[in-house]
Amino acid sequence: MKKTIVSALGVVALSVSALSASAATLDDVKAKGFVQCGVSQGLPGFSNPDSAGNWTGIDVDLCRGVAAAVFGDATKVKYTPLSAKERFTALQSGEIDVLSRNTTWTATRDTTLGLNFAGVNYYDGQGFMVRKDLGVKSALELSGASVCTNTGTTTELNVADYFTTNKLEYEIVAFEKADEVVAAYDAGRCDVYTTDQSGLYAQRLKLTNPADHVVLPEIISKEPLGPVVRQGDDQWFNLVKWTHFAMVNAEELGITSENAEAMKSSDNPAIKRVLGTEGEFGAALGVGNDWAFNIISQVGNYAESFNRNVGPDTPLAISRGTNDLWSKGGLQYAPPIR
Amino acid sequence: MADIDSQTSMNRAETGALEVAFVRKELAPAMAPPVNESGVLGWMRKNLFLNIPNTILTLFAGYILYLTIPGLIQWIFTDAVWSGDDRLACATVAQGGELPEGWKAACWPYVGAYLKLFIYGRYPDAELWRVNITLFMFFAGLIPLLMPNLPFKRENLIFMLGIFPVASFVLLSGGNLGLNGFLLPEAIMEPSTLKFWVDFLILTLVICGLVAAYMKGTESDPIPAVVGTAIGMAVLALVLFVMSVDFGLEPVETDRWGGFVMTLVIAVTGIVAALPLGILLALGRRSNMPAVSLFSVIFIEFWRGIPLITVLFMSSVMLPLFLPDGVTFDKLLRALIGVALFSSAYMAEVVRGGLQALPKGQYEGAMAVGLNYWQSMRLIIMPQALKIVIPGIVNTFIGLFKDTTLVSIIGLLDFLGMINLSHSDATWATPVQAMTSYVFCAFIFFLFCFGMSRYSIYMEDRLNTSHR
Repeated sequence: MKKTIVSALGVVALSVSALSASAATLDDVKAKGFVQCGVSQGLPGFSNPDSAGNWTGIDVDLCRGVAAAVFGDATKVKYTPLSAKERFTALQSGEIDVLSRNTTWTATRDTTLGLNFAGVNYYDGQGFMVRKDLGVKSALELSGASVCTNTGTTTELNVADYFTTNKLEYEIVAFEKADEVVAAYDAGRCDVYTTDQSGLYAQRLKLTNPADHVVLPEIISKEPLGPVVRQGDDQWFNLVKWTHFAMVNAEELGITSENAEAMKSSDNPAIKRVLGTEGEFGAALGVGNDWAFNIISQVGNYAESFNRNVGPDTPLAISRGTNDLWSKGGLQYAPPIR
Repeated sequence: MADIDSQTSMNRAETGALEVAFVRKELAPAMAPPVNESGVLGWMRKNLFLNIPNTILTLFAGYILYLTIPGLIQWIFTDAVWSGDDRLACATVAQGGELPEGWKAACWPYVGAYLKLFIYGRYPDAELWRVNITLFMFFAGLIPLLMPNLPFKRENLIFMLGIFPVASFVLLSGGNLGLNGFLLPEAIMEPSTLKFWVDFLILTLVICGLVAAYMKGTESDPIPAVVGTAIGMAVLALVLFVMSVDFGLEPVETDRWGGFVMTLVIAVTGIVAALPLGILLALGRRSNMPAVSLFSVIFIEFWRGIPLITVLFMSSVMLPLFLPDGVTFDKLLRALIGVALFSSAYMAEVVRGGLQALPKGQYEGAMAVGLNYWQSMRLIIMPQALKIVIPGIVNTFIGLFKDTTLVSIIGLLDFLGMINLSHSDATWATPVQAMTSYVFCAFIFFLFCFGMSRYSIYMEDRLNTSHR
């Protein structure tokens, strides 16, 4: 990559950098020394800064994983908080290298935006929360309900689809910010609160009496959330894709950040291939052969990342559910490294 | 006094030794004013209970205060939680904490835990001293500038407008700007710092040549104008040089800036850029030269015709698509330029109001004593025009200061953006979290805006020469 710093006359340029227009993101990343990662403007458990200002979350862990694979150092990531509206432009224009911002994989986005989805690191779906004292057991009993939701997201459309299909009466009460939606629901302005299930768990903490509310079993939409890269750069696409797969494979094989070093001497050929003591899989990806070892030892396997950010011991307390391994009844399935 | 005295002595002289029944020998002491005209009671009578509508309004307002103030004090102070480590400190029993059912009040430890983030954003811990020095320089330079009685105003102004911006840029970003040249094609010279200075020299010569040609055209002496331009370019060169020197500071990219410091950076840049640009635009709009006035009118009307949010959005979403592939401008820089241009258009119209309020005699008088255009503007017109529009100027400043919060729409984490971001941390998620942080935010903004407004009133009184 060729990096030149251009200084326009008289412009007090804070940092004006012109990157050459090459498709090889991996080379660019290696040359500049860090991964530029697009994250959300704060979604609990997915990408949010803690009180010390460090970004944490499942989406953030993926970026750290990519950095670990490329540099052997998970800290070599720079984060760009993006609003929902500007996220795709930022990726298209090359402002960021990878978009890891709880973005739903849809046909339109995959085909028309010049982007590729590199896997699914969280299977989400839209759910409903209601007050227990309503006595509602299923979303099909919600006829005539007023529904609180955010404006301008797919959740609003999903609700419309679901209620019309099932011939239920409903009334939308929409707000701009998540905090307003929760406050309105808590104050009794509406009967139902709907958003992605992960969001329901996160926002439950902000209710006056969380125990009085129940999340209904119905999931009315599929929201596979995953990292996104630019189309036409297969090398980088592969790397991001396999970063996620390495974490899932590691969980399946029982490799954790703690035992990764010890596991290097394992006799299991599958483990040896993951940790790079056998085969040349790193070279094929364009990174060091210990790429997966670096991801696992520095970021952890998928289960560690999940539990640390959204799992039962966090305030969010989300169970694995659909995000469990395929062998345990979930959907997380990674092709083998061989 | 003297009259009464002389009268008394006259009376004495007339009556001689004759004793009259009563003659006041000294003044009666002044009586206290009636109790309902002075003191607390008088003030209340005059201001609160003057007549029936007034009394009704007072009682109504009093009732509203009675309804809100105790609750507010309870919410902010008496019922509030002041210490704790996580959300459990501010959670009721139902939410998993220990506070009684129905408790709702401020959760200050959450603000405490996030205070560093609110002020400095994600600026690296080890480099915070740089932000602190910048803030110190800012206030240490600003406060004496605002006090009219202190000396060295000119030096102070040079410090604030010349040295401080460059120093704060170097401190905050780390300086060490890579200058690679901009003019000559790469075929002639490899990009390097030397090439930049060669380019800069060529540009300076071209500009000086243009100025000289223009002055020749207007048949005035070109020497002073060319010398002035050359000095200007030299100052610019010095600024760029200082910015490009490697002081050994760790570079801190703007994606780590944030919080109240970013709010100040945007507001101060906007304010500092808006006034001079606005004055120039206002003069340009009233100029007799058609090109200048047309340009000013188009510029002003364009920027006034679009909302700030559109400007920011265009700069962050559309601009990258127009730029050549891979070229990215810093997001904060884009926002800064947008805000500065936007506010300068508003400032121009405020200043134009002041220019139009001056009687024509002032302009004619200035011409009659033989001042040229710039002299008459600087010495006669502007001091009067700006004094008239102080409220309008400060109004624009306050509006700009509050408008900076709009940058959170493009993912810049200013003070309010940081506060919104902190809501996503599940560690402190409680029903009162959002309210607490917004109250805190409102308080800080009020402090600054109210301060600006009081200072403007003070300046108005001070500069009031009772022409109006």
